Amino acid sequence: MRTMMNRKSLNQIMASVLVNSIYAMKNYPIMLINTLLAPLSILVIIVFISRGALIGVGIEGAFIMAMISSGIGLQSDLSHLKNDFKLQDMVVSSPTSAVNYMVGMGVSELVYAIPILVILSIMAAIFLHPTLIQTLILIAVMTIVYIFSIALGFFFSTVTTDVMQSWGFTGIISTLLSTIPPVYYLITYIPLPFRYIAYISPTTYAAEIVQSSLGFLSITQTNLIIDWIVIITVTVIVLVIAIKKSMWREV
Amino acid sequence: MQSIVCRGLSKTYSKGSKALDSVSFKFEGNGILAIIGRNGAGKTTLIRILATELMPTKGTALINGIDLIKEPKKIREFIAIVPQEAKAVHWLTPKQTVVSYLMYRGIGFSQAKIKAEESLKKLALEKQINKLNRLLSGGTKRKVLVATVLSSGAKIIFLDEPTTGLDPISRSDLWKLLNTLKKEYLIVLTTHYLEEAERLADKIGIMEQGKLLAFDTLNELRKKLKYKYSIKIIGTEIKINYKDAVSINGIDGNQQILTNENRSSQISQMLIKKGVKFSTNMITLEDIFYYLVKKSIIEENEDNDES
Ligand SMILES: Nc1ncnc2c1ncn2[C@@H]1O[C@H](COP(=O)(O)OP(=O)(O)OP(=O)(O)O)[C@@H](O)[C@H]1O
Ligand SMILES: [Mg+2]
Repeated sequence: MRTMMNRKSLNQIMASVLVNSIYAMKNYPIMLINTLLAPLSILVIIVFISRGALIGVGIEGAFIMAMISSGIGLQSDLSHLKNDFKLQDMVVSSPTSAVNYMVGMGVSELVYAIPILVILSIMAAIFLHPTLIQTLILIAVMTIVYIFSIALGFFFSTVTTDVMQSWGFTGIISTLLSTIPPVYYLITYIPLPFRYIAYISPTTYAAEIVQSSLGFLSITQTNLIIDWIVIITVTVIVLVIAIKKSMWREV
Repeated sequence: MQSIVCRGLSKTYSKGSKALDSVSFKFEGNGILAIIGRNGAGKTTLIRILATELMPTKGTALINGIDLIKEPKKIREFIAIVPQEAKAVHWLTPKQTVVSYLMYRGIGFSQAKIKAEESLKKLALEKQINKLNRLLSGGTKRKVLVATVLSSGAKIIFLDEPTTGLDPISRSDLWKLLNTLKKEYLIVLTTHYLEEAERLADKIGIMEQGKLLAFDTLNELRKKLKYKYSIKIIGTEIKINYKDAVSINGIDGNQQILTNENRSSQISQMLIKKGVKFSTNMITLEDIFYYLVKKSIIEENEDNDES
């Protein structure tokens, strides 16, 4: 009985992966190039401007940004499927739960991230030579950032009623998570009073952890602990809100 | 046995408009329930509530005895819907559309592929099976969605305007299919084609301004109306004494009179004497619809005038 339940959930999760990424890539291969372009182009600019000095930070930033793009992509993909095709309406009236739909769509965004993650991993191996601990910290932070951005994207998508509105949310999420925070460079580059603005964004804390673990940034032990507490707490809160408050059945 | 029991379902949207006004009815067994009504009457609102997509403001409904407010999850195991504005996802093929939907219902990939092919075949979509939905005609896209829910094995199916946009042949093919399916399924559909309701429905619900004006079989609807005959005067307008008769002018611009058997023969003889062209028929669903909706609008206006 239990395994049957799990198999069912797995099929439901797989359905989203097929719809939103595998079939989409199969039928429109151009999608693949698109997923590579954005993070790589920023990375190249950073490396050029810093004459190579920031390549390490840039790679680390691109890893985190790949996760954030997943959340931003999820938000607009879901709004599109919900409002233009009414797919979500059909799924709501099916045995698939909101959580399985969210997880499936989340994984589908991760599939898009695979090519860039492979390229970045190769670059990291060449330029960063991370130790095992550093690698684990990077993966842990990436996972948290991924869950955070997916939950946020899912929540916003369920409250949108048309695609125009969803573009508005995309703008807000991407500014908050990827423009304000110093992901591709160090926070110390920002003059002090403005630095506090960066701390509005949870991404800043994530970047600090990884940057300090890789030795680009030195922060105190206390600050490091605070960084972890902040990103974990914020992620849990957003996740709970996404599961409890997202509009699955309309009111 | 399948059943849908609505108990005082009401819906007021948060933006203010009252879309559903204590709708109650009971439908038991397999068969087709057709909901008809003008634009904005509340058909989609009703169907979305029954499909557990939308919360009612007041009242509830039992689907196979299960309360849709308390236990939507149980209900979702055996219902499926094609929403009014649903579109087959552009970047999928019909087969991929059905396969992914079946997987949302918990069915495994290989099983889903077999079922998808079967279902698309039933709707004569073999040729389109691997084309992109984006490239299909509007009606074909609609058929893909119908095939999608029919493949699911769900025993209660909601179709919100399934034949809108279908050509006459595809429509009649779908009617044939629905007519065979209704032996095994409970299908709730909305339509603006009254002929569709006449041909398919075991019960017909007529809605206007959120209210269910009538809910019965076509025969019962006919019986309940005191007028059984419809006289259509062609090409001219004649002054008539509306004793035991009512005018429902407007369907095709011709003067039309609903009346009883006695009065019908009186009026006919009068018309023959005058040499006027006319036809006499048993009332159709269209006549009943016109009569009830018009009556409801007049009553509504009277209520407003009084208050
Ligand atoms: N999401 C919504 N928010 C606010 N009002 C709504 C919403 N959806 C529908 N309405 C309103 O509720 C009423 C009933 O709408 P509904 O879509 O149920 O009608 P319908 O009978 O399906 O019409 P149609 O034949 O045009 O499809 C209308 O007045 C409509 O404007
Ligand atoms: Mg409608």
